Amino acid sequence: MPDATGLELIAQELRDAEGEDTVVETVFFRGRAKLAIEPAHIRAALAHLRGKGYAFLASVHGVDYYPHEPRLGVQYELLDMSRVDRITVTLRVPCDAPDVDSVTPDGADGAGWPTANHQEREVFDMFGVVFHGHPDLRRILMPEDYEGHPQRRDFPIGGEPVIFTYNETEMLGASE
Amino acid sequence: MSSTGQPTISEYRRREQSITLAPLDQQLDGEDGASTQELLTLNFGPHHPATHGVLRLLVTLQGEIVRDIKPIIGYVHTGIEKTAEDKAYWKVIPVIERMDYLSYYFNAMAYCGAVETLLEVEVPKRAQYLRVIHLELNRIMSHLVWLGTSALDLGAISMFWYCFREREKILDLFEMSSGARMHTRYFQVGGVIEDIPRGFAEKLSGFLKEMPSRVDQYRDMLNGNEIVLQRLRGTCPLDADTLLSLGVTGPLLRAAGNPWDLRKADPYCSYEDFRFKIPVGSAGDNYDRFACRVAEMYESVKIVEQALEGLPEGPHITEDRKVALPPRHELATSMEALIHHFKLVTEGMRVPPGEVYFPIESPRGELGCFVRSDGSSKPARVHMRDPSFVNLQATAPMTNGAYIADLIATLAMLDPILGGIDR
Repeated sequence: MPDATGLELIAQELRDAEGEDTVVETVFFRGRAKLAIEPAHIRAALAHLRGKGYAFLASVHGVDYYPHEPRLGVQYELLDMSRVDRITVTLRVPCDAPDVDSVTPDGADGAGWPTANHQEREVFDMFGVVFHGHPDLRRILMPEDYEGHPQRRDFPIGGEPVIFTYNETEMLGASE
Repeated sequence: MSSTGQPTISEYRRREQSITLAPLDQQLDGEDGASTQELLTLNFGPHHPATHGVLRLLVTLQGEIVRDIKPIIGYVHTGIEKTAEDKAYWKVIPVIERMDYLSYYFNAMAYCGAVETLLEVEVPKRAQYLRVIHLELNRIMSHLVWLGTSALDLGAISMFWYCFREREKILDLFEMSSGARMHTRYFQVGGVIEDIPRGFAEKLSGFLKEMPSRVDQYRDMLNGNEIVLQRLRGTCPLDADTLLSLGVTGPLLRAAGNPWDLRKADPYCSYEDFRFKIPVGSAGDNYDRFACRVAEMYESVKIVEQALEGLPEGPHITEDRKVALPPRHELATSMEALIHHFKLVTEGMRVPPGEVYFPIESPRGELGCFVRSDGSSKPARVHMRDPSFVNLQATAPMTNGAYIADLIATLAMLDPILGGIDR
């Protein structure tokens, strides 16, 4: 892990390269470094960190910070395999405009991260974060016709009715 | 009943009745008579024994050659991550274990490691060694199931019985230490639930003496089998750079020549105390994937031997009463112990707010657990970075241009566990 000073250095480099508003916050917690950035700069920030050696995208998590705003968060776990060093990049978007640029495809601003394909689909499925530019943004774990995003904190747990043969007409609608 | 007197049927049943089984009026041969030129989309699974679970693949074929694969998953999605948000921290462990049902100790380890990091709890050395013993036994067990079922896919039926014989012995050991054969709930936040019982060490060393010769037999049986070799050698290779860009870790990456293993690279849980090698392949084909996993079983045996040999004395769980239950005998005499017991069992432990990602090396690659705490006694978010879920993305590039029989072999060597993929 970069130490607290190393994290500040990376943040400052990122500000110098991509603009003063890129980095929102740096968090150093339990020996782990985290960089909170503006959603608009996600591709540029990850590309910059790839240049610093963090070339492996280990994981993408979705988080719901309900009741805090902006509610939805996406976390990218980056790993530098040669120095065995990890850094987390995170961003927050509100529920009414959950728009983030997808990091999956290659673009004019650098190569993509093909590993994010399934993981961004999962975040879209579970939290409703829309990844613009994703090659195949569909639900992945829930059925295609499912409504709602079940991992949001205000989505009820266990409230879903189950279809059996005895109640299928009332649940699916009858037809002549 | 509807107004016409007919029984009402659901929309689904109506659509079901509309399906006709009459032969299709469709020419299979292309215009030039070359049926191999035509692309055929074939549905493969979800109920197919070679998919190792309920994996569905939409395969586009040109003759017998695979041109495209789209994995469709979610058939065993049970919302474990959602369930975890509604449970106290220690009650999450049993549900977490049911994600990747072949590596339950690893799921528990990743989760407990994340919570321990949030709590800043020191895990006693003896507990760490006991964890390593069970983790590595679990790795052997997981690889045995993989070896048995993969050989079954390649037509070597007897391997299945042999591998499950050894697996039974490992499950017996698990039963001895925890009372359960699968989903043992043995790992707890701060250590393990109980010390190993009397007789466990003897039984374990008996198993460790026998196991290498068993792996020798299995390796020789398959390595000396021309059919297996022809199915595996040189089929569906993928280079390390492509694998890394797809996020693939574990034996699949090591088979391609990259020796990345978190046990060595970033040791957790006292792995730095043990001497073991990391098997690495060269070509990255199905044979290397097979050989790497078989070689890993020998190394796991070595690690368990060393951990059993050097098992330190001491407590098996942290003595922090805010995290771990007090010992039974204290309850009768100590009011404080009784209060701690009551608070832990009813409310559970409160975890300081924060977010932590804790990665470990599971039998299939990097298994990371992300836990967010909001300061209450229930986690605000638990997310597993499951290696099968990420590794599955490599199926399409691996099998592009291969025969459909090689697709079966590649799926077997990929070792996806659908419980972990769908969670």
